[in-house]
Amino acid sequence: MTLSAAVVGGSGFTGGELLRLLAGHPEFEVAQATSRQYDRKTVGSVHPNLRELDLRFSSPEDLDSVDVLFAATPHGVSMEHIDTFQDAADTVVDLSADFRLQSEEQYDEWYDGHVAAEYLEKSVYALPELTRDELPGADLIAAGGCNATATILGLKPLFDAGIMNGDEQVVVDVKVGSSEGGASAGKASSHAERSGVVRPYAPTGHRHEAEIEQFLGLSVSFTVHAVDMVRGASATCHVFPSSPVTKGDLWGAYRESYEDEPFMRMVAGGGGVYRYPEPKAVAGTNYGEVGFEVDPANKRLVVFSAIDNMMKGSAGQAVHAANVALGLDETAGLEFSGLHPVGTP
Amino acid sequence: MTEAECAECGATLDLADDLETGEIIDCGTCGAELEVIDVNPPVLDRAPELEEDWGE
Repeated sequence: MTLSAAVVGGSGFTGGELLRLLAGHPEFEVAQATSRQYDRKTVGSVHPNLRELDLRFSSPEDLDSVDVLFAATPHGVSMEHIDTFQDAADTVVDLSADFRLQSEEQYDEWYDGHVAAEYLEKSVYALPELTRDELPGADLIAAGGCNATATILGLKPLFDAGIMNGDEQVVVDVKVGSSEGGASAGKASSHAERSGVVRPYAPTGHRHEAEIEQFLGLSVSFTVHAVDMVRGASATCHVFPSSPVTKGDLWGAYRESYEDEPFMRMVAGGGGVYRYPEPKAVAGTNYGEVGFEVDPANKRLVVFSAIDNMMKGSAGQAVHAANVALGLDETAGLEFSGLHPVGTP
Repeated sequence: MTEAECAECGATLDLADDLETGEIIDCGTCGAELEVIDVNPPVLDRAPELEEDWGE
Protein backbone atom coordinates (compact mmCIF):
# COMPACT_ATOMS: atom_id res chain seq x y z
CA MET A 1 0.00 0.00 0.00
CA THR A 2 1.44 3.34 -1.04
CA LEU A 3 0.98 6.24 1.37
CA SER A 4 0.46 9.77 0.09
CA ALA A 5 2.67 12.50 1.52
CA ALA A 6 2.68 16.28 1.43
CA VAL A 7 5.56 18.56 2.29
CA VAL A 8 4.48 21.98 3.53
CA GLY A 9 7.34 24.40 3.15
CA GLY A 10 8.90 22.34 0.39
CA SER A 11 11.22 25.01 -0.99
CA GLY A 12 13.49 25.26 2.05
CA PHE A 13 16.54 23.10 2.62
CA THR A 14 14.91 20.53 4.90
CA GLY A 15 11.80 20.59 2.71
CA GLY A 16 14.04 19.66 -0.21
CA GLU A 17 15.60 16.87 1.79
CA LEU A 18 12.16 15.55 2.70
CA LEU A 19 11.18 15.56 -0.98
CA ARG A 20 14.41 13.75 -1.90
CA LEU A 21 13.77 11.06 0.73
CA LEU A 22 10.06 10.66 0.05
CA ALA A 23 10.55 10.50 -3.74
CA GLY A 24 12.91 7.55 -3.23
CA HIS A 25 10.88 5.89 -0.49
CA PRO A 26 9.30 2.54 -1.40
CA GLU A 27 6.13 3.22 0.62
CA PHE A 28 5.47 6.91 -0.07
CA GLU A 29 4.24 8.90 -3.02
CA VAL A 30 4.77 12.65 -2.96
CA ALA A 31 1.36 14.14 -3.62
CA GLN A 32 2.04 17.78 -2.84
CA ALA A 33 4.78 20.24 -2.02
CA THR A 34 3.78 23.74 -0.99
CA SER A 35 5.59 27.03 -1.24
CA ARG A 36 4.15 30.53 -1.25
CA GLN A 37 7.22 31.98 -2.92
CA TYR A 38 7.47 29.34 -5.66
CA ASP A 39 3.78 28.58 -6.20
CA ARG A 40 3.33 26.85 -9.62
CA LYS A 41 7.09 26.52 -10.19
CA THR A 42 8.58 23.07 -10.63
CA VAL A 43 10.27 21.51 -7.63
CA GLY A 44 13.34 21.04 -9.79
CA SER A 45 13.64 24.77 -10.35
CA VAL A 46 14.41 25.18 -6.63
CA HIS A 47 16.02 21.82 -5.83
CA PRO A 48 18.20 20.97 -8.84
CA ASN A 49 18.89 17.46 -7.53
CA LEU A 50 15.16 16.73 -7.96
CA ARG A 51 14.64 17.80 -11.55
CA GLU A 52 13.21 14.40 -12.43
CA LEU A 53 10.41 14.83 -9.88
CA ASP A 54 7.27 15.63 -11.85
CA LEU A 55 5.77 18.05 -9.35
CA ARG A 56 5.08 21.76 -9.04
CA PHE A 57 4.81 23.73 -5.84
CA SER A 58 1.32 24.70 -4.81
CA SER A 59 -0.08 27.19 -2.35
CA PRO A 60 -0.22 26.16 1.30
CA GLU A 61 -3.79 27.50 1.29
CA ASP A 62 -4.82 24.54 -0.89
CA LEU A 63 -3.75 21.50 1.09
CA ASP A 64 -4.64 18.11 -0.36
CA SER A 65 -5.88 15.34 1.86
CA VAL A 66 -2.95 12.97 2.39
CA ASP A 67 -1.89 10.18 4.69
CA VAL A 68 1.14 12.02 6.08
CA LEU A 69 1.87 15.74 6.13
CA PHE A 70 5.45 16.83 6.77
CA ALA A 71 5.77 20.47 7.81
CA ALA A 72 9.15 22.05 7.10
CA THR A 73 8.19 25.60 7.96
CA PRO A 74 9.92 28.16 10.17
CA HIS A 75 9.28 28.07 13.91
CA GLY A 76 5.88 29.45 14.82
CA VAL A 77 4.08 28.48 11.61
CA SER A 78 3.02 24.95 12.53
CA MET A 79 1.58 25.95 15.88
CA GLU A 80 -0.65 28.46 14.08
CA HIS A 81 -1.82 25.96 11.46
CA ILE A 82 -1.83 22.68 13.35
CA ASP A 83 -5.63 22.31 13.17
CA THR A 84 -5.52 22.70 9.39
CA PHE A 85 -2.63 20.25 9.11
CA GLN A 86 -4.42 17.65 11.18
CA ASP A 87 -7.59 18.08 9.12
CA ALA A 88 -5.53 17.35 6.01
CA ALA A 89 -3.61 14.32 7.24
CA ASP A 90 -3.89 11.44 9.68
CA THR A 91 -0.26 11.87 10.66
CA VAL A 92 1.57 15.19 10.95
CA VAL A 93 5.35 15.31 11.26
CA ASP A 94 6.65 18.76 12.14
CA LEU A 95 10.29 19.66 11.62
CA SER A 96 10.19 22.94 13.51
CA ALA A 97 10.57 23.46 17.25
CA ASP A 98 6.84 24.03 17.71
CA PHE A 99 5.96 20.68 19.31
CA ARG A 100 9.27 19.45 20.72
CA LEU A 101 8.82 20.66 24.26
CA GLN A 102 6.21 19.36 26.63
CA SER A 103 4.81 22.46 28.32
CA GLU A 104 3.70 25.99 27.56
CA GLU A 105 6.00 27.22 30.31
CA GLN A 106 9.02 25.87 28.44
CA TYR A 107 7.96 27.80 25.32
CA ASP A 108 7.55 30.94 27.42
CA GLU A 109 11.07 30.45 28.76
CA TRP A 110 12.91 29.37 25.59
CA TYR A 111 10.79 30.67 22.68
CA ASP A 112 8.11 33.30 22.23
CA GLY A 113 5.27 31.41 23.86
CA HIS A 114 2.85 28.97 22.21
CA VAL A 115 -0.58 29.40 20.62
CA ALA A 116 -1.60 25.72 20.52
CA ALA A 117 -0.31 24.41 23.81
CA GLU A 118 -3.11 21.82 24.02
CA TYR A 119 -1.17 19.77 21.44
CA LEU A 120 2.05 19.59 23.41
CA GLU A 121 1.02 16.67 25.56
CA LYS A 122 0.14 14.47 22.59
CA SER A 123 3.16 15.20 20.40
CA VAL A 124 5.95 12.62 20.32
CA TYR A 125 9.60 13.57 19.87
CA ALA A 126 10.82 11.99 16.65
CA LEU A 127 14.24 10.62 17.58
CA PRO A 128 13.62 6.83 17.44
CA GLU A 129 16.73 6.07 19.49
CA LEU A 130 14.96 7.93 22.28
CA THR A 131 11.23 7.44 21.69
CA ARG A 132 10.84 4.29 19.56
CA ASP A 133 8.25 2.82 21.93
CA GLU A 134 6.11 5.97 21.88
CA LEU A 135 6.03 6.48 18.12
CA PRO A 136 3.74 3.69 16.85
CA GLY A 137 0.35 5.24 16.14
CA ALA A 138 1.44 8.79 16.98
CA ASP A 139 -0.45 11.38 14.94
CA LEU A 140 1.73 14.38 15.83
CA ILE A 141 5.49 13.90 15.68
CA ALA A 142 8.08 16.59 16.38
CA ALA A 143 11.49 16.17 14.76
CA GLY A 144 14.27 17.18 17.11
CA GLY A 145 16.64 20.09 16.77
CA CYS A 146 19.85 19.17 14.97
CA ASN A 147 22.24 20.37 17.68
CA ALA A 148 20.12 18.76 20.38
CA THR A 149 20.00 15.53 18.39
CA ALA A 150 23.78 15.40 18.07
CA THR A 151 24.22 16.07 21.77
CA ILE A 152 21.52 13.68 22.98
CA LEU A 153 22.83 10.86 20.78
CA GLY A 154 26.32 11.40 22.15
CA LEU A 155 25.38 11.45 25.83
CA LYS A 156 22.43 9.05 26.02
CA PRO A 157 24.47 5.83 26.41
CA LEU A 158 26.19 7.29 29.47
CA PHE A 159 22.78 7.68 31.11
CA ASP A 160 21.57 4.28 29.94
CA ALA A 161 24.61 2.69 31.58
CA GLY A 162 24.43 4.71 34.79
CA ILE A 163 27.77 6.39 34.13
CA MET A 164 25.95 9.72 34.33
CA ASN A 165 22.93 10.66 36.43
CA GLY A 166 22.43 14.30 35.47
CA ASP A 167 24.41 15.88 38.32
CA GLU A 168 27.67 16.05 36.37
CA GLN A 169 29.21 19.12 34.84
CA VAL A 170 29.02 18.83 31.05
CA VAL A 171 30.40 21.29 28.51
CA VAL A 172 29.13 20.86 24.95
CA ASP A 173 30.78 22.53 21.97
CA VAL A 174 28.93 22.14 18.68
CA LYS A 175 30.24 23.03 15.23
CA VAL A 176 27.60 23.48 12.56
CA GLY A 177 27.31 24.08 8.84
CA SER A 178 25.63 26.99 7.10
CA SER A 179 22.51 25.04 6.10
CA GLU A 180 21.36 25.26 9.71
CA GLY A 181 20.52 28.86 8.96
CA GLY A 182 17.96 27.84 6.35
CA ALA A 183 17.47 28.87 2.75
CA SER A 184 16.63 32.51 3.46
CA ALA A 185 19.78 34.57 3.29
CA GLY A 186 20.69 37.04 5.98
CA LYS A 187 23.49 39.56 6.24
CA ALA A 188 25.74 37.12 8.11
CA SER A 189 25.18 34.34 5.57
CA SER A 190 26.52 35.97 2.42
CA HIS A 191 29.44 34.04 1.01
CA ALA A 192 31.88 36.81 1.75
CA GLU A 193 30.89 36.90 5.41
CA ARG A 194 30.21 33.23 6.01
CA SER A 195 33.11 31.52 4.26
CA GLY A 196 36.06 30.62 6.43
CA VAL A 197 34.38 31.45 9.72
CA VAL A 198 34.68 29.75 13.09
CA ARG A 199 31.99 31.95 14.55
CA PRO A 200 30.53 31.44 18.04
CA TYR A 201 26.95 32.28 17.02
CA ALA A 202 25.31 31.00 20.19
CA PRO A 203 27.84 31.25 23.03
CA THR A 204 25.21 30.62 25.72
CA GLY A 205 21.48 30.15 26.00
CA HIS A 206 20.90 28.19 22.78
CA ARG A 207 17.27 27.07 22.53
CA HIS A 208 18.24 23.45 21.94
CA GLU A 209 19.39 23.28 25.56
CA ALA A 210 15.72 22.94 26.44
CA GLU A 211 15.40 19.66 24.50
CA ILE A 212 18.58 18.25 25.99
CA GLU A 213 17.38 19.09 29.50
CA GLN A 214 13.93 17.70 28.79
CA PHE A 215 15.14 14.32 27.58
CA LEU A 216 18.34 13.75 29.53
CA GLY A 217 17.46 15.64 32.72
CA LEU A 218 20.77 17.41 32.39
CA SER A 219 21.66 21.08 32.28
CA VAL A 220 24.57 21.51 29.87
CA SER A 221 26.99 24.37 29.24
CA PHE A 222 26.32 24.67 25.53
CA THR A 223 28.11 26.71 22.86
CA VAL A 224 27.62 26.56 19.11
CA HIS A 225 30.07 27.66 16.42
CA ALA A 226 29.24 28.27 12.78
CA VAL A 227 32.07 26.76 10.72
CA ASP A 228 32.88 26.51 7.05
CA MET A 229 30.71 23.55 6.10
CA VAL A 230 27.36 23.46 4.35
CA ARG A 231 26.06 20.30 6.03
CA GLY A 232 26.85 18.83 9.38
CA ALA A 233 26.69 19.16 13.13
CA SER A 234 29.58 17.93 15.24
CA ALA A 235 29.14 17.90 19.02
CA THR A 236 32.04 17.54 21.42
CA CYS A 237 30.86 16.89 24.97
CA HIS A 238 33.29 17.24 27.87
CA VAL A 239 31.94 15.18 30.77
CA PHE A 240 33.33 15.06 34.30
CA PRO A 241 31.89 11.88 35.86
CA SER A 242 31.79 11.32 39.60
CA SER A 243 33.59 7.95 39.38
CA PRO A 244 36.50 6.76 37.22
CA VAL A 245 35.49 5.23 33.90
CA THR A 246 37.60 3.10 31.55
CA LYS A 247 37.52 2.92 27.78
CA GLY A 248 36.17 -0.59 28.17
CA ASP A 249 33.29 0.74 30.28
CA LEU A 250 32.50 3.19 27.51
CA TRP A 251 32.59 0.56 24.78
CA GLY A 252 30.24 -1.55 26.86
CA ALA A 253 27.84 1.35 27.38
CA TYR A 254 27.76 2.51 23.76
CA ARG A 255 27.47 -0.99 22.36
CA GLU A 256 24.59 -1.72 24.71
CA SER A 257 22.73 1.39 23.56
CA TYR A 258 23.55 1.39 19.86
CA GLU A 259 24.68 -2.03 18.67
CA ASP A 260 21.20 -2.84 17.37
CA GLU A 261 20.36 0.67 16.16
CA PRO A 262 20.20 0.71 12.35
CA PHE A 263 21.52 4.25 11.95
CA MET A 264 24.11 4.57 14.70
CA ARG A 265 27.81 3.91 14.23
CA MET A 266 30.51 3.83 16.87
CA VAL A 267 33.83 5.34 15.86
CA ALA A 268 36.23 5.63 18.77
CA GLY A 269 39.91 5.54 18.06
CA GLY A 270 40.15 2.61 15.67
CA GLY A 271 42.44 2.38 12.67
CA GLY A 272 42.47 4.41 9.47
CA VAL A 273 42.17 8.13 8.92
CA TYR A 274 38.66 8.64 10.32
CA ARG A 275 39.17 7.61 13.96
CA TYR A 276 36.44 9.70 15.53
CA PRO A 277 33.08 10.95 14.27
CA GLU A 278 33.15 13.45 11.43
CA PRO A 279 30.28 15.10 9.58
CA LYS A 280 31.96 14.29 6.27
CA ALA A 281 31.47 10.59 6.88
CA VAL A 282 27.70 10.89 7.27
CA ALA A 283 26.92 13.80 4.94
CA GLY A 284 23.71 13.24 3.01
CA THR A 285 22.74 10.18 5.07
CA ASN A 286 20.58 9.36 8.06
CA TYR A 287 23.51 7.83 9.92
CA GLY A 288 24.89 9.25 13.14
CA GLU A 289 28.36 8.58 14.47
CA VAL A 290 29.38 8.62 18.12
CA GLY A 291 32.80 8.19 19.69
CA PHE A 292 34.57 8.77 22.96
CA GLU A 293 37.90 8.92 24.73
CA VAL A 294 39.06 8.93 28.34
CA ASP A 295 41.29 11.63 29.84
CA PRO A 296 42.34 10.18 33.23
CA ALA A 297 44.64 13.10 34.08
CA ASN A 298 41.69 15.50 34.10
CA LYS A 299 39.04 12.97 35.19
CA ARG A 300 37.26 13.78 31.96
CA LEU A 301 35.42 11.89 29.26
CA VAL A 302 35.20 13.43 25.87
CA VAL A 303 32.31 12.32 23.69
CA PHE A 304 31.99 13.11 20.00
CA SER A 305 29.00 12.83 17.75
CA ALA A 306 28.49 13.77 14.14
CA ILE A 307 25.34 13.97 12.05
CA ASP A 308 24.11 15.60 8.90
CA ASN A 309 22.00 18.38 10.38
CA MET A 310 19.42 18.16 7.60
CA MET A 311 19.21 14.36 7.66
CA LYS A 312 19.65 12.68 11.05
CA GLY A 313 19.16 16.14 12.51
CA SER A 314 15.90 16.84 10.68
CA ALA A 315 14.39 15.32 7.51
CA GLY A 316 15.96 11.87 7.88
CA GLN A 317 14.92 11.71 11.51
CA ALA A 318 11.40 12.75 10.48
CA VAL A 319 11.09 9.99 7.87
CA HIS A 320 12.65 7.45 10.26
CA ALA A 321 10.06 8.40 12.89
CA ALA A 322 7.22 8.26 10.35
CA ASN A 323 8.33 4.76 9.37
CA VAL A 324 8.13 3.66 13.00
CA ALA A 325 4.85 5.49 13.65
CA LEU A 326 3.16 3.92 10.62
CA GLY A 327 4.46 0.41 11.17
CA LEU A 328 6.68 0.42 8.08
CA ASP A 329 10.14 -1.11 7.90
CA GLU A 330 11.91 1.52 9.98
CA THR A 331 14.87 1.77 7.64
CA ALA A 332 12.73 2.10 4.48
CA GLY A 333 13.99 4.82 2.18
CA LEU A 334 16.95 5.66 4.40
CA GLU A 335 19.52 2.92 3.97
CA PHE A 336 21.99 4.55 1.64
CA SER A 337 25.57 5.53 2.30
CA GLY A 338 27.29 8.84 1.76
CA LEU A 339 30.18 9.71 -0.53
CA HIS A 340 33.87 9.08 -0.08
CA PRO A 341 36.01 10.91 -0.81
CA VAL A 342 34.10 14.15 -0.68
CA GLY A 343 35.00 17.80 -0.17
CA THR A 344 33.37 20.13 2.30
CA PRO A 345 30.01 18.50 2.95
CA MET B 1 36.24 -20.15 11.50
CA THR B 2 37.42 -19.32 15.02
CA GLU B 3 36.61 -16.42 17.30
CA ALA B 4 38.54 -14.01 19.48
CA GLU B 5 37.78 -10.92 21.50
CA CYS B 6 38.85 -7.45 20.39
CA ALA B 7 41.37 -6.02 22.84
CA GLU B 8 39.97 -2.53 22.31
CA CYS B 9 36.18 -2.81 22.44
CA GLY B 10 35.47 -6.41 23.50
CA ALA B 11 33.55 -7.32 20.34
CA THR B 12 33.80 -10.89 19.06
CA LEU B 13 35.75 -11.24 15.82
CA ASP B 14 35.34 -14.12 13.38
CA LEU B 15 38.83 -15.15 12.31
CA ALA B 16 40.11 -17.16 9.38
CA ASP B 17 41.35 -20.68 10.14
CA ASP B 18 44.74 -19.98 8.55
CA LEU B 19 45.47 -17.07 10.90
CA GLU B 20 49.18 -16.48 11.50
CA THR B 21 51.02 -15.05 14.49
CA GLY B 22 52.04 -11.46 13.80
CA GLU B 23 49.22 -10.87 11.35
CA ILE B 24 47.43 -7.53 11.68
CA ILE B 25 43.66 -7.51 11.42
CA ASP B 26 41.09 -4.80 12.07
CA CYS B 27 38.03 -5.03 14.28
CA GLY B 28 34.78 -4.64 12.38
CA THR B 29 33.12 -2.95 15.35
CA CYS B 30 35.61 -0.33 16.52
CA GLY B 31 38.11 -0.34 13.68
CA ALA B 32 41.10 -0.94 15.95
CA GLU B 33 44.11 -2.61 14.35
CA LEU B 34 44.93 -5.79 16.24
CA GLU B 35 47.98 -8.04 16.19
CA VAL B 36 47.60 -11.80 16.39
CA ILE B 37 49.71 -12.76 19.42
CA ASP B 38 48.84 -16.44 19.42
CA VAL B 39 46.78 -18.67 17.17
CA ASN B 40 45.87 -21.68 19.32
CA PRO B 41 43.72 -20.38 20.85
CA PRO B 42 43.73 -17.04 19.02
CA VAL B 43 44.79 -14.06 21.12
CA LEU B 44 44.66 -10.47 19.88
CA ASP B 45 46.30 -7.34 21.23
CA ARG B 46 46.35 -3.75 20.06
CA ALA B 47 48.80 -3.44 17.22
CA PRO B 48 51.73 -1.06 17.71
CA GLU B 49 51.42 1.95 15.49
CA LEU B 50 53.59 4.77 14.26
CA GLU B 51 52.90 8.18 15.75
CA GLU B 52 50.86 10.18 13.31
CA ASP B 53 49.57 13.71 13.48
CA TRP B 54 46.85 13.08 10.89
CA GLY B 55 47.81 16.04 8.79
CA GLU B 56 47.66 18.60 11.57
